[in-house]
Amino acid sequence: MDAIMLQEKLVERLLCPRVRTARQKEKQYVGFATLPNQVHRKSVKKGFDFTLMVAGESGMGKSTLVNSLFLTDLYKDRKLLNAEERINQTVEIIKHTVDIEEKGVKLKLTIVDTPGFGDAVNNNECWKPITDYIDQQFEQYFRDESGLNRKNIQDNRVHCCLYFIPPFGHGLRPVDVEFMKALHEKVNIIPLIAKADCLTPNEIKKLKDRIREEIDKFGIKVYQFPECDSDEDEEFKQLDKELKECTPFAVIGSNTVVEARGQRVRGRLYPWGIVEVENQSHCDFVKLRNMLIRSHMHDLKDVTCDVHYENYRAQCIQEMTSKLAQDNRMESPIPILPLSTPDVDTEKLIKMKDEELKRMQEMLNKMQQQMHDKEQ
Amino acid sequence: NLNEEKRNLSLGGHVGFDSLPDQLVSKSVTQGFCFNILCVGETGIGKSTLMNTLFNTMFENEEASHYQNGVYLRPRTYDLQESNVHLKLTIVDTVGFGDQINKEDSYKPIVDYIDTQFENYLQEELKIKRSLFNYHDTRIHICLYFIAPTGHSLKSLDLVTMKKLDSKVNIIPIIAKADTISKSELHKFKIKIMSELVSNGVQIYQFPTDDEAVSEINASMNAHLPFAVVGSVEEVKVGNKTVRARQYPWGVVQVENESHCDFVKLREMLIRVNMEDLREQTHARHYELYRRCKLEEMGFKDTDPDSQPFSLQETYEAKRKEFLGDLQRKEEEMRQMFVNKVKETEAELKEKERELHDKFEQLKRMHQEEKRKVEEKRRDLEEEMNTFNRKKVAAETLSLSQPLKKDKDKKK
Repeated sequence: MDAIMLQEKLVERLLCPRVRTARQKEKQYVGFATLPNQVHRKSVKKGFDFTLMVAGESGMGKSTLVNSLFLTDLYKDRKLLNAEERINQTVEIIKHTVDIEEKGVKLKLTIVDTPGFGDAVNNNECWKPITDYIDQQFEQYFRDESGLNRKNIQDNRVHCCLYFIPPFGHGLRPVDVEFMKALHEKVNIIPLIAKADCLTPNEIKKLKDRIREEIDKFGIKVYQFPECDSDEDEEFKQLDKELKECTPFAVIGSNTVVEARGQRVRGRLYPWGIVEVENQSHCDFVKLRNMLIRSHMHDLKDVTCDVHYENYRAQCIQEMTSKLAQDNRMESPIPILPLSTPDVDTEKLIKMKDEELKRMQEMLNKMQQQMHDKEQ
Repeated sequence: NLNEEKRNLSLGGHVGFDSLPDQLVSKSVTQGFCFNILCVGETGIGKSTLMNTLFNTMFENEEASHYQNGVYLRPRTYDLQESNVHLKLTIVDTVGFGDQINKEDSYKPIVDYIDTQFENYLQEELKIKRSLFNYHDTRIHICLYFIAPTGHSLKSLDLVTMKKLDSKVNIIPIIAKADTISKSELHKFKIKIMSELVSNGVQIYQFPTDDEAVSEINASMNAHLPFAVVGSVEEVKVGNKTVRARQYPWGVVQVENESHCDFVKLREMLIRVNMEDLREQTHARHYELYRRCKLEEMGFKDTDPDSQPFSLQETYEAKRKEFLGDLQRKEEEMRQMFVNKVKETEAELKEKERELHDKFEQLKRMHQEEKRKVEEKRRDLEEEMNTFNRKKVAAETLSLSQPLKKDKDKKK
């Protein structure tokens, strides 16, 4: 079966509720099988929001890829800096928010840009403004969530970060490793190989293998696609397996439409041929788009809420309780829940101290004994 | 009078000195040529592949790692031959360039290397007994600076590095891996790069236009800078020919196709037309500048206060004597310091020894005192024992005659 058709099938499954028609006929019909439809209806009414961060050195094609992904032009009046201006450049955070609609479904899309990352001569800790931004959004949400009026909470948390790795090297560079390690516990990272049209298919395979190896070696936790349910059919599982083996995706983007094989497509025109962005034998753009938008957008949000945000929240609360224990003043308006189970770290500490005390006690006893003997 | 005006005379027949260039060529061919290329660019940008493509040979090379702590230069020398011309080619690679998070010092090893080669040549030149004709000239004749094909502009590191190098070496900037830039993007990119170089005062090598034979082609080539190159050692069949190319799913990029990239232009300019000029410029301009600066640093001038030309040799000898004198003085100082230090330490040690000795004596005395006291006690105790024993014996003899006195028995 064609890969594209399989992808469509996948999308269908996710949108339509699974109705067990066989069972219906046996029992008396209660009707809660319509719940999925109700969820669908309400969500369409409410609308969705998604925050996507793009990070990488200047000239990696980030803006072009975003335009290609969402088929719109977010960067019309952008001004790029000169090399001279970039020598001491600091990293900025720039947000673009657009409202887009498709078949009645509204999406408030926020793209967070990080111009200046990796562009200066000295890039020490150039990821700090980015981690600070992510933490700020978490903090904001934490405050809102703990507030009294929670009707209109705005979720500005970053749901996904696309990291663009240059295709010119032999694998990850130190700045790539440091960046991903600084962010992998705060946001879902999806590493991409940028400008993949400078690599032949063999070179792409080699580079992907190398990058996956290095991600393992350095212990970087990139976003993992959730496992298939065991009751999915073989085709679906095969598709899912192919998707996972294809990471990191090698992407190409384009702002221009060209004529190829009698059709008008997004592509890049070269003297030796035409690169089609949506041609799966040319690059993994389609896989990325399907994964990011058509199948895993909600999972990305879930992981952000359930894992990254919860980690942040738990850490925050613990810091507050330990501070309050020292201060002994009830200043914070946020209700503090007592920790039901002590932290693994504190337990270890307590154990260590206990053992030390025991040892000291034994030594004291021994010394006392010796003195006593001497006296006698 | 040597300042007489030159007169042009016409010859009555063929003399034969028009063979001078041929004699020169013949001599230089016998001698062999020497050429040194420095490749500066980030890891993986295609430096080794381009060298292999340019010289149509496979120079040994291992893939470099991205995790070097700093930049280091790796020179490799090869002997090549084409027709009857021998070329001693040295390729210097910059390993680790562009990989560090903090690249502020990245240019330093490169500048140091270039200066060292100049210094070595200068030393040879200043020797009393020198053999310049035999000398293996390692001075860098050309620096190929590899620019990453971002399509926007130069990177900040590129600008900083080229500014540090432009007064020391001939620079030809090239756009590496150019098969990722479309024609229109390339045009804009080249203009942007050249304007950035000009506005920051970076001097790159200009192909010479003073020689009639090559001025036209050189002038047109100057307009194509920076060259957008693609390198490959793999061969692909195109039509009925096999050419060096890169095969993509959407087409084949041919290295030697001038509508695909500027490789042919680079080869033409670098090797076939201007190689000799590059060597000349290195010697006549960059090396001379280095030499002048170095000698001025050492205090040489072209004329002394009386406007008489200095003899370089005399000044050099004088400087040498001064330097040696300085050295000797310093040696003396250090020796003196050392001797003083030794004396000091000796005195300290002697003092400590004395203290220890005193302490030992004191302890000995104390010990003897203690011993004496203990001896006394022992003697007293012995006496007591003796007295007691005597009393005991006395009591026993008494009890034998007086069996009723039980208390005394019990006291034993």
